[in-house]
Amino acid sequence: MIFDLHGFGPALAAGTLMTIKLALSALAVGLVLGLLGALAKTSPYKPLQWLGGSYSTLVRGIPELLWVLLIYFGTVGLMRSLADLLGVESLELSAFAAGTIALGLCFGAYATEVFRGAILAIPKGHREAGQALGMSKGRILWKLILPQMWRIALPGLGNLFMILMKDTALVSVIGLEEIMRRSQIAVTASKEPFTFYMVAAFIYLGLTVLAMIGMHFLEKRASRGFVRSAS
Amino acid sequence: MNWEVIIKWLPRLSEGAMLTLELVAIAVVAGLILALPMGIARASKHWYVRALPYGYIFFFRGTPLLVQLFLIYYGLAQFDAVRQGPLWPYLRDPYWCAVLTMTLHTAAYIAEILRGAIQAVPPGEIEAARALGMSRPQAMLYIILPRAARIGLPAYSNEVILMLKASALASTVTLLELTGMARTIIARTYLPVEIFFAAAMFYLAITFVLVQAFRLLERWLRVDACQGR
Repeated sequence: MIFDLHGFGPALAAGTLMTIKLALSALAVGLVLGLLGALAKTSPYKPLQWLGGSYSTLVRGIPELLWVLLIYFGTVGLMRSLADLLGVESLELSAFAAGTIALGLCFGAYATEVFRGAILAIPKGHREAGQALGMSKGRILWKLILPQMWRIALPGLGNLFMILMKDTALVSVIGLEEIMRRSQIAVTASKEPFTFYMVAAFIYLGLTVLAMIGMHFLEKRASRGFVRSAS
Repeated sequence: MNWEVIIKWLPRLSEGAMLTLELVAIAVVAGLILALPMGIARASKHWYVRALPYGYIFFFRGTPLLVQLFLIYYGLAQFDAVRQGPLWPYLRDPYWCAVLTMTLHTAAYIAEILRGAIQAVPPGEIEAARALGMSRPQAMLYIILPRAARIGLPAYSNEVILMLKASALASTVTLLELTGMARTIIARTYLPVEIFFAAAMFYLAITFVLVQAFRLLERWLRVDACQGR
């Protein structure tokens, strides 16, 4: 290693683990929200369409950092009244929970559009074939639409996941001990900001490369049986 | 919701919004200028021409903007050569650090957009230009770039909006742009919901105006008419 870490190596490793945990839990929240948003946006009911549309427009138009701050600091009052209601001493959102919700919300808004595009890309005939076979609506969704949608949506979701992973750095602003926060602590002790922020940058690069490799395998698996059209 | 507080602090918030707009405008214009040679180099046939912009783009797209901002604002001070150098008055200033970081960051993304756009120009049109006796630079200037500009414009407008949202990060280096201003006001009023809500509305309004402006620009440049393949 060309960098002298002044013994902060284990702390940075723990931060990396925290970043990965945060990214994966936000991904889970975001995938659910994105799927719901896309189903709402493509549903035949006007109020649902409106709901899905305003969710994705509203969330995408506001900076991620603002969402993180808003959810962390903005819910203090809400949680306090909730605690009163439940009769609990005190209830507050941890930085991890706030980060998961905020990043999941932002991921979900973009994923809504990705999933919507994937749903629209499935030929109408498939749905009609399902109906002709007497399948229920839920069954058509589960057996016909979702498996095909996954393959089409995967490249878009991969891009979103890489954006999500970089956005996890924002949660350091509310004090979650992930890579950035750990580096900041190391900087205050060692007075070597460039070294530690560069190490943080390389950790993020490594994570991005890992995610890229993972996506490659997922895409390969999802598109088995399909020949890439020669471009 | 306490509307009086929002109205009371509206002037300060619009001050912040002006700084946000200024940061974004400088970054996306300077970024475009910086990205032009990089995008052209990235679309080159020779690997040694592609390699350098590839490394640059890989670094700036693979790491969070926050890390880049901290590297420049806090990191550069680690080196005596920088602190004694002629650029120190600028690199010490959070404003110039934010502008520099955002420009470098967005240039990497715009260069990729440009590369995609240049490679999407139909080869027949380039061959036609060459057959008419245009030199390579002439074909680049009169045929490829105007065509690529129209192909890449929708993606560029997305990038501008992403930069608008990314500019919120400038608040972490003490700049009082929209988010920074909101945080300062909240430190004084203890009303996070109202003030963050107002700031969010500012961002939404700016996004809306930008989207409409780019729609006009696309109509003016006849982007639709150029999309037929």
